[in-house]
Amino acid sequence: MKSIKDLEAIRNKTLEDVNLRKDRKGTRVVVGMATCGIAAGARPVLLALMDEVQKRGLKDVTVAQTGCIGVCRLEPMVEVYTPGEEKVTYVSVTADMVPRIVTEHIVNGNPVMEYTIGAAENNTDKK
Amino acid sequence: METFRSHVMICGGTGCHSSGSGDLIKAFEEQIKGNGLDKEVKVVRTGCFGLCEVGPIVVIYPEGAFYSRVKAEDVKEIVEEHLLKGRIVKHLLYHDSINENSGDIKSLNEVNFYKKQKRIALKNCGIIDPENIDEYLAFDGYKALTKVLTEMTPEEVIKTVKDSGLRGRGGAGFPTGLKWDFCYKAKGDKKYVLCNADEGDPGAFMDRSVLEGDPLAVIEAMTIAGYAIGSDQGFIYVRAEYPIAVQRLQHAIKQAREYGLLGKNILETGFDFDLEVRLGAGAFVCGEETALMRSIEGKRGEPRPRPPFPANQGLFEKPTLLNNVETYANITQIILNGADWFSAIGTEKSKGTKVFALGGKINNTGLVEIPMGMTLREVLFDVGGGIPNGKKFKAAQTGGPSGGCIPTSKLDIPIDYDSLVSIGSMMGSGGLIVMDEDNCMVDIARFFMEFIVEESCGKCAPCRIGTKRMKEILDRIVAGKGVEGDIEKLEELGNMLKESALCGLGQTAPNPVLSTIRYFRDEYEAHIKDKRCPAGVCKGLMRYTIIADKCKSCGICAKNCPVSCISGEKKVPYVIDQDKCIKCGQCMEKCPFGAIELK
Ligand SMILES: Cc1cc2nc3c(=O)[nH]c(=O)nc-3n(C[C@H](O)[C@H](O)[C@H](O)COP(=O)(O)O)c2cc1C
Repeated sequence: MKSIKDLEAIRNKTLEDVNLRKDRKGTRVVVGMATCGIAAGARPVLLALMDEVQKRGLKDVTVAQTGCIGVCRLEPMVEVYTPGEEKVTYVSVTADMVPRIVTEHIVNGNPVMEYTIGAAENNTDKK
Repeated sequence: METFRSHVMICGGTGCHSSGSGDLIKAFEEQIKGNGLDKEVKVVRTGCFGLCEVGPIVVIYPEGAFYSRVKAEDVKEIVEEHLLKGRIVKHLLYHDSINENSGDIKSLNEVNFYKKQKRIALKNCGIIDPENIDEYLAFDGYKALTKVLTEMTPEEVIKTVKDSGLRGRGGAGFPTGLKWDFCYKAKGDKKYVLCNADEGDPGAFMDRSVLEGDPLAVIEAMTIAGYAIGSDQGFIYVRAEYPIAVQRLQHAIKQAREYGLLGKNILETGFDFDLEVRLGAGAFVCGEETALMRSIEGKRGEPRPRPPFPANQGLFEKPTLLNNVETYANITQIILNGADWFSAIGTEKSKGTKVFALGGKINNTGLVEIPMGMTLREVLFDVGGGIPNGKKFKAAQTGGPSGGCIPTSKLDIPIDYDSLVSIGSMMGSGGLIVMDEDNCMVDIARFFMEFIVEESCGKCAPCRIGTKRMKEILDRIVAGKGVEGDIEKLEELGNMLKESALCGLGQTAPNPVLSTIRYFRDEYEAHIKDKRCPAGVCKGLMRYTIIADKCKSCGICAKNCPVSCISGEKKVPYVIDQDKCIKCGQCMEKCPFGAIELK
């Protein structure tokens, strides 16, 4: 037998799971998962992202995957779409980098500049 | 609880189920497992998405990719491409779900079929797993009951339903709040709450889809009704021919009991209410309220005269509330969003939305929910996608065997209770059958009358005898044996039946005939006077004729004619004696030159 409180708890817990069926608003995190991405290790990144988002109970965030983002040598790549803001692309992402991306960027709104494609391309230019 | 990054929603409604969605579920589960994705991707069997024409339907979230006509062979590609690599398989998507200019996929609300719909009763259909009460809870389930039990008095609940303007969706359109009020005020030591899920109209599957897609919405609403009128026991009367609906209902009732949402002391408020399913054997008359109650009592399902009305003396002679499935499916939304929200949708006297089962000659066969007041033209041509094969629209039939046909000249009529009655049809429970130039209106009228003759319970003479006589007249008209005066006889009998039959079945039975006479009298006259069926449907009026140009005078037709009605001689085309011809078709079948036609 459930109380009103119990129902609310079940509701909130299940919401985490079913939220992605509701209209798309909030932040969308997309991982490049074509052959190049998977070969470069995109899968552990995807799993780490899902884990982190769930751990923090972020309701408006969906983690999805996409095909080849286009710069195969920089895979695994992760793109973050926040409504009303420019897309941010992270490159050569590893599972270790995920907590910072989620905390600093998705939760606090400050992209982790050193992981982004801009930073990576500046580096190669200098070489 | 685990969360998944992607949900594969597979339609488990009756339409998609019969086009193989059960195998799809298995195939998806196997492929997902095979690719090691079973911790990330979840497969959910849902209720009807509405677009039955292009089923089986699979929708994958979070992208909201809408795959149609999915076959088991396609599953491997969808899993490997879409779920593993994130590339939507565009060639398998529903054609209208891709934006022509950008090539992006549209969200479901932008697809033409859904754009003009407004989903209240079907809000959860296709979105939730109907066998998982937790998902129902997550989509605001049981918030309405909580509100009712903790914040509202029964009077307040009834006032809200009254103010919303909700009218019964089972056919007659009686104001729901008023009915609740009658039952609330009725005196009795025991009261009952019933749900009518008998749905007997040929071609109708609205209630079935609600029960298959969102059974708990009906269960929650019946519990609310129990609180409002002071009842602790409910029954859902559902036809046994709906096995999936019955099974999901029973499962939902079990889950609700486990959570204490049915039974004693619900939500620790001291309120008791429980529900049982009762199976009907599929007699049309058992959808009539008094017959339904007799049937639940275990007696023969026959109507009785009213008054006394069921609100005072219904099931087991106790005060009883009976509402239709779709009526209940609106209740939780009205409680949560308020009467004003609901009454802002629709027209002055018809509030909210109506679910229709689109069938017949229409592109998007399926289930739609539209705001009241939308024109028939919009429903058929914008939502329904128009008539297939470039054919011309002829008429739409609403209200099934109790309703009438609406011709082209009335296409711009707004869909609401009163407008439909004013043109000789009715809202009915939501069957909407579309006919094109190839349909014969006399034949349609005959079809419905045949249905009624079979379903008449026989208790009252007007219905038992009157419908039979009407059918006999229709039979002879379509057989080419109609006589002058038949139309007038049909009208006279029909009007008599309307006045004198015991229950709604007989009182409304003449409607299909009377409305087709009203709008398509010329077709009746063509059958009777010219012995001609303008649409070329009625076999009895068709003639086999020999095309002189093609006839080689071989005589094979004459040899094969069982009644020897074909004659001719060498070099002269043969001729069929129409008076003797029995229309067996042997000649046409045997002619080696295709020289015989049927017109
Ligand atoms: C012959 C006949 C068949 C009916 N069949 C149904 C039915 O299948 N489903 C239904 O809800 N109402 C049916 N009705 C209407 C019911 O008698 C009753 O009006 C309705 O269930 C009340 O619910 P509502 O006020 O919510 O519409 C039928 C009526 C007649 C006369």
